[in-house]
Amino acid sequence: MNDRTSALLAFLAFVTALVLVPQPIGGQTTSGTRQTTGGTKSAGARATAKKTAPVQRTPWGDPDLQGVWNDATSTPLQRPGDLAGKDVLNDEEAAEFQEQTAHGLTRDRRDGGRDADVNRAYNEHWMDARRLKITADHRTSLIVDPPDGRIPSLVPLSPERQKARAARADANARFNAGMPNTFHDMSLPVRCIIRTDSPPYLPTIYNNDFHIFQSPGYVAIAPEMIHSARIIPLDGRPHLRGDLQQWLGDTRGHFDGPTLVVETTNFRADDGVVFQGANPATYRITERFTRVDADTLNYEFTIEDPMTWTRPWTARIPWTKIDPGEQMYEYACHEDNFDIVHFLTGARAREKRGETVGPRPAGAAAAGER
Amino acid sequence: MADGHPDLNGIWQAFVTANFDIQDHEAQPGPHPEIMGAYGAELPGQSIVEGGDIPYQPWALAKKKENFAKRMTVDVSSDKTWHASGDPELKCYMPGVPRATYMPLPFQIVQGSSPYILVAYAFTSATRTIRMNWKGDAPTDAWMGWSRGRWEGETLVVDVTGQREETWLDRAGDFHSDKFHVVERYTPASPYHLLYEATIEDPKVYTRQWKMSFPLYRRVEKNLQLLEFKCVPFTEELLYGKFRKPNGDVK
Repeated sequence: MNDRTSALLAFLAFVTALVLVPQPIGGQTTSGTRQTTGGTKSAGARATAKKTAPVQRTPWGDPDLQGVWNDATSTPLQRPGDLAGKDVLNDEEAAEFQEQTAHGLTRDRRDGGRDADVNRAYNEHWMDARRLKITADHRTSLIVDPPDGRIPSLVPLSPERQKARAARADANARFNAGMPNTFHDMSLPVRCIIRTDSPPYLPTIYNNDFHIFQSPGYVAIAPEMIHSARIIPLDGRPHLRGDLQQWLGDTRGHFDGPTLVVETTNFRADDGVVFQGANPATYRITERFTRVDADTLNYEFTIEDPMTWTRPWTARIPWTKIDPGEQMYEYACHEDNFDIVHFLTGARAREKRGETVGPRPAGAAAAGER
Repeated sequence: MADGHPDLNGIWQAFVTANFDIQDHEAQPGPHPEIMGAYGAELPGQSIVEGGDIPYQPWALAKKKENFAKRMTVDVSSDKTWHASGDPELKCYMPGVPRATYMPLPFQIVQGSSPYILVAYAFTSATRTIRMNWKGDAPTDAWMGWSRGRWEGETLVVDVTGQREETWLDRAGDFHSDKFHVVERYTPASPYHLLYEATIEDPKVYTRQWKMSFPLYRRVEKNLQLLEFKCVPFTEELLYGKFRKPNGDVK
């Protein structure tokens, strides 16, 4: 990988978080009646009806999840407001939703003015084309519970956490203005400490592959986004003691019929380690991996944190097996993280010219964090 | 395994001090003994190189000595000279092969029924995939290289090419070029041991092919698991500290 490529990939890291923000969908009708995946005529039910293949098993008898899978989709995590009350689309609506989401995400456009144009300088060549397709079951959100397809509302945060969030938002504002004080103003992904290798695995603009390895007693998942592997013991051993914490937490798994159930705890307390600034000490994530046919695996996760959200919530993302000829390559990050220096030296030069960062917009959230 | 090949699954570790120096090395005070005392000292050890010495070309031996002299000199102020000096381990870079094997931390092999074997190292959570009986060459250079495996009897033979030229072999400055070619051999010696051998060639740097070997020990502790050694946060002050705003750090 040459320097230019590395620099571009490093830059892409900065915009990665943005795609997790739901895209507004214009012009979508909300007049359709509500359908459920259990409805006999719903697309979800049709998708399910095909899933009758027997469970494929490894030579030692576990359900076989081995292979390289891709989780890219244009279906947003949260249901867009104009689709409220509509969890699954009919074929005609889905075609329109498909077109709108793809149009909203594609970078091979020149409309929208100068800033939009600059933001699309890293065009579709750099992106995962699979992220322009809605899920085959025509859902309007990856979140399946609560039924409104939205992340539940926040519980009141303690003054300490409000203060921490405000500090993080200030740091993000400095970074987004190109004026970071230090590397600590940058998010964990920008610093190449953890990226989307931390659960929950959510689709992003690129590097959406996951290589699953299995051996007797273990499942290992190597995400494409950075070079770690989550090695999951299946032997029923207890979690690490609570005072032994890790960036990616501590993972235990077991098979429940055809489904790999994975529970992860013991996350480090650092800001940004768990989803959207939840409270690591009370945060729990349970993931379920179920192979539904030769080329499809359902990935479902449930997150709960009574210190952050009013109720648990669950999302489901189909993973598609990639062509064996398409290999997953090493993703280095820290080793050539040139832009971290570019940002810092640029900020120091701008300070010398007397530039400062304006006040943070009221209500600005910790964008840039997961 | 069901396919008739040896089962290499497990958590393994080398118990050599080769990460200090793959050749013979005496105990050393290490850098900054005035603050590190015996904590910073480097441990003695015998060479893991067959015959004792790495057959360097004369220029390369001089370069190795320069590497050692500048092993803690780090300057990332320019993209072009980003990798010019400093031990990659000091900067928490993925260590490459074979160095990853004798870092003083365990690694885990996950060998199943697919054509891919995962090797996951505790050091900076580095991983590599061994592609069994794979034909295609490395698509590009990578820090952990491009590993293609095959069985020769009881031995897993792994051909490693496409490694980034910036990795080193140890803290003594031992190095290679972009022509680095490593052939590893993992041979079961008992239920608890593997013999690890690596044959190394690099026509730009060495006068001939050479070989290293040492045993790998199975970690047998109940419930042992690889723990993270994510060292990036331990390097940021060294790498980026001088670019901070004066008094600008709220942490």
